[in-house]
Amino acid sequence: MAAEANAKTTIVAGGTKKAGAFNRFDNPWLNWKFLAGVSILGIIFFLIFLGNTFWDTSLALNASAPLNLPPYGMEYQKGKNTILVGVPEHPLGTENSGRDMLALLIVGTPRTLGVGAIAASVGMLVGIFLGFLAGFLGGWIDDVIRLATDITITIPSLLVLIVIQSVLGSVDLITMALLISMFAWATPTRYIRAQVLSMRESGYVQMARLSGVPVRDIMFKEIMPNLLPYLAASYIGNMTGAIISAVGLEVLGFGPQRIPSLGVAIFFSIEAAALLRHMWWWWGIPTVILAIVFIALLLINLGLDEIANPRLRKAN
Amino acid sequence: MGSLSLNYIVRRLLVFFLTLWVAATLIFIIPRLAPGDPITAMVARMSQQAGFVENADLIIEGWKERFGLNDPVYVQYLRYMGNLLNFDLGLAMARFPSPVSQLVGRALPWTIGLVGIATLIFFTVGNLFGALLAWTKTPKLVKVLIPMSMIFTSIPPLLAGLLLVYIFGFLLNIFPQAYAYHHSFSKPEFTLDFIASVLHHGFLPAMAIVLVTFGYWALGMRGMMVTIEGEDYMILAQAKGLKPFYVLYRYMIRNAILPQMTALAVSIGTLVGGSVLVEVIFNYNGMGTLIFTAIREQDFNLIQGTSFILIVTSALAVLIIDLSYPLIDPRISLEGR
Repeated sequence: MAAEANAKTTIVAGGTKKAGAFNRFDNPWLNWKFLAGVSILGIIFFLIFLGNTFWDTSLALNASAPLNLPPYGMEYQKGKNTILVGVPEHPLGTENSGRDMLALLIVGTPRTLGVGAIAASVGMLVGIFLGFLAGFLGGWIDDVIRLATDITITIPSLLVLIVIQSVLGSVDLITMALLISMFAWATPTRYIRAQVLSMRESGYVQMARLSGVPVRDIMFKEIMPNLLPYLAASYIGNMTGAIISAVGLEVLGFGPQRIPSLGVAIFFSIEAAALLRHMWWWWGIPTVILAIVFIALLLINLGLDEIANPRLRKAN
Repeated sequence: MGSLSLNYIVRRLLVFFLTLWVAATLIFIIPRLAPGDPITAMVARMSQQAGFVENADLIIEGWKERFGLNDPVYVQYLRYMGNLLNFDLGLAMARFPSPVSQLVGRALPWTIGLVGIATLIFFTVGNLFGALLAWTKTPKLVKVLIPMSMIFTSIPPLLAGLLLVYIFGFLLNIFPQAYAYHHSFSKPEFTLDFIASVLHHGFLPAMAIVLVTFGYWALGMRGMMVTIEGEDYMILAQAKGLKPFYVLYRYMIRNAILPQMTALAVSIGTLVGGSVLVEVIFNYNGMGTLIFTAIREQDFNLIQGTSFILIVTSALAVLIIDLSYPLIDPRISLEGR
């Protein structure tokens, strides 16, 4: 939080007064959106760490707690006469099959984020490889890669994943991440190809070429460093997409069922008609946590956009 | 259509048909990659649920013969492709004699309607808001209010749907919680009451898609507008003393909307995936709910058919956007892409 406030003051002090004037303290990475997003994710990770240290995570398993308790201090009318009151042993309440919601969040959140990170990383690596290949070599290789990306982007990946998973049944999270990554390469490939194409024609790359720098060095020493903010933004976008796919598959019932992730928790709650029974904490808390994660990722992405594009920065 | 370059059309059509072929082939291959064959797997699942299936071997053999699973793979593949060309998607196993195509035909219009109207709204609102955000003459208040309305951006529609249905469907009870029209109508009809019911039921699902999506388009539009504001022709337009609204529309929005159209074509796949899940939340009468029940009933034929038709529909939407793109951007034909 301190870093965030710091960033704001730096930008105000450095940017607005003398627009256009060179200021060596005007570091583009001190962007408040970027830092806010990173801080939110950081806080979430810190809370997960705290939870793992101080809370009994085995409570996330079936039948390890009383059923249907609302969060601490709240009342929940179950049936006509029974009223359940939340107890401090289960501060966020419990659900239908006796999982403690707090433990579920502590266990489930990193699992959900992990699926996104794995799928996005695999997709990104393939995307960087193919994007550079297409952008740099051109010719028929470029044509084939472009065609493949166009086709992959057009197909709604969720539907193919549904078909795959309906054959495989529910799978573990690593498998799910790898399945999602089969579709997560196309957008980065297209994006990186376009960036490489425009950078290939830029002055410094031409210069390096004329000086006889080997192609590999041009790729990794000249172009790659300049691509970093774009790559980071693309990675974050990819991760958002991967988490959305994973949550979607989990809500359809394809997630691992024993140790739940956030999407699986929502699936269980829908199955058990938690909406109808007004058990808002069951689906609501995972939903809000996911929403916060998505907002953090969006902020990071917006920040990275402004870091990579000075015109956007100036418009603020 | 004179301004479309032939090369461009051919490439788009190629992508369209290749997409259909790849999707169809994937759907053919996937079940065959799994260990065992789909029929044995299905009967195994049935016996898992029921404990025991009488004459399981006979059933498996009978179905295999019936579906031609004993033929060589290439014969199966050709027959499958031939059937697809005739829109023969087989029979729904769990609701036996109904053909998949009939179930799909009943559900598809609802999905197209829902996604189509939602797209129209978020694309219009998003681009308008984005343009207003970047325009120098926009009132300060609007520039503060618009970003505040965008905080739900990038949350999956599914989660927005859950929140909306709980708040407006269950707590406040102003919108229906499920289905595409009131149950007092036994089947769709062309009356004002029915249309009102459809709008009433469709509002929340459409909002679930719109609320989380329009901000994305506003941001993209804003980025484009900011870039355009730095162009020389903008200075010329202002120097000529053109009216600000005229400049905004003719010089800025007309130019900035082009990349947005391309982006729309790219995002169709994600959009359809998202709306499938929204339908599940609202139990809407569309393809998403159909696929969800098919998953529940483990009706593999229906899952395949529904997925394939949705993929075809998405590819068709992309094709239409791609082909209409040159109509609004005459430069494309000049560049001869």
